[in-house]
Amino acid sequence: MIPRHQIVIFSVLLVASLIMGVALWELREHAHQRLLAGQDSSPTSAPEVAPEVQATLIVANDSDGSLLSQLHSLPLPAEPNARARAVLAKLLDVYAAADATHPVPGGGSAVQQVFLMPAVDTSTAASASTVGGKKPVIAPADPDGPQLAVVNLLGSFAANHPSGIETEMLTVLSLCGTLHANLPRVTQVRFLVDGAVRATLAGHADLTRTYLTADAETTQGANP
Amino acid sequence: MHWTKWASAALLTAVAAGTLVSAQAPAAPQALYVVVLDAAHGGDDAGARLTNNQFEKNITLALSVRLRSLLAARGISVVTTRESDIAIDANKRAEIANHAQARACLSLHATESGSGIHLFASSLTPTQPVRFAAWKTAQAGWVTRSLALEGVLNSALTHAGLNVTLGRTTLAAVDSMTCPAVAVEVAPQHGTGTATELSDKDYQAQVAEAIAAALVEWRTEAQQP
Repeated sequence: MIPRHQIVIFSVLLVASLIMGVALWELREHAHQRLLAGQDSSPTSAPEVAPEVQATLIVANDSDGSLLSQLHSLPLPAEPNARARAVLAKLLDVYAAADATHPVPGGGSAVQQVFLMPAVDTSTAASASTVGGKKPVIAPADPDGPQLAVVNLLGSFAANHPSGIETEMLTVLSLCGTLHANLPRVTQVRFLVDGAVRATLAGHADLTRTYLTADAETTQGANP
Repeated sequence: MHWTKWASAALLTAVAAGTLVSAQAPAAPQALYVVVLDAAHGGDDAGARLTNNQFEKNITLALSVRLRSLLAARGISVVTTRESDIAIDANKRAEIANHAQARACLSLHATESGSGIHLFASSLTPTQPVRFAAWKTAQAGWVTRSLALEGVLNSALTHAGLNVTLGRTTLAAVDSMTCPAVAVEVAPQHGTGTATELSDKDYQAQVAEAIAAALVEWRTEAQQP
């Protein structure tokens, strides 16, 4: 036989548990409503479309191994990093087209990011030596001077790139030349693939070194 | 005693011969003309995938073997980086070339892109050869000679009726070589409405003959200081 006081205590605890359960449910519903109220995803301002401007693309041609300068109109953002990415994306879109003179699959989405930073004068860095046991001092890079562009490519782009010295070098040089043609302060370019250093693009062109944009000399200009 | 006279005569002859040799001006040692053939890729590294399920590593090895025979027949010493389907890294290739003290180093490649033969010298900025060069840029001191070798190869290949494209490139193995080094990339030969595939034995023979002729011509230039 269960004592009467135990039945009373059990009943009180059961009622209290039910009341607390209902209270918690109500609080959860209120919190959920507040969260939804704060996530108003309706547009508040119209998106800005950058005006179309003339961009110079250095386009490769596999048939004679040449680099041609072509003018294309495309909307370019004002921010330099985004601008650099936009021109490279356009170049890779040209290469992904059916009638490309340098066919490379992937398209513009293969350029993940482009980072611009002050370039270090490699000659100064190389010649800096320890004097009197002191650490070498390298002059800080000029903020208005030459720039180094770090181009981060998708791994799938490198994996699907045609293999060969000429085709890989043409891709690398046309990317370097296009950057310099639209952002003249860019004089050096380094390449990453999926955010990491990769030995070669597709088995040949060395991606561990810094490329100079001066190496990407065009042979002649042309309009598409 | 007869044997004493004979021995005396032999001794006098030997002394006279020794005197003659020592009297002559010491001849400059004739440097051995060695060519290094580096068949690119190999083993797990198949290189480019070509038509007819061919791989670049097989084409480069076939070209290397063919060239070695042609050069040996012309009295040229040849060192190859590989004779079978094995993987060799770029540093090992450069080590083999540098130990051989070669007068010409050819890195052999194949591709489906482009047309004819693509010749590449290192894109490193030319410098004066130094005794202790940085490994990754050791070729810098040899770029001028490499460009000269590229010119000789260009003449011979063009003379053989092949399309030739010249360029500069960055290949880890070539950039570490301390010899006149050129990367030779063989592509299908596109003519007017025709195309000669890489697997065509006659085409391979034509390319090998032209390169061998260029290396014979280069021997005379390589002997010059």
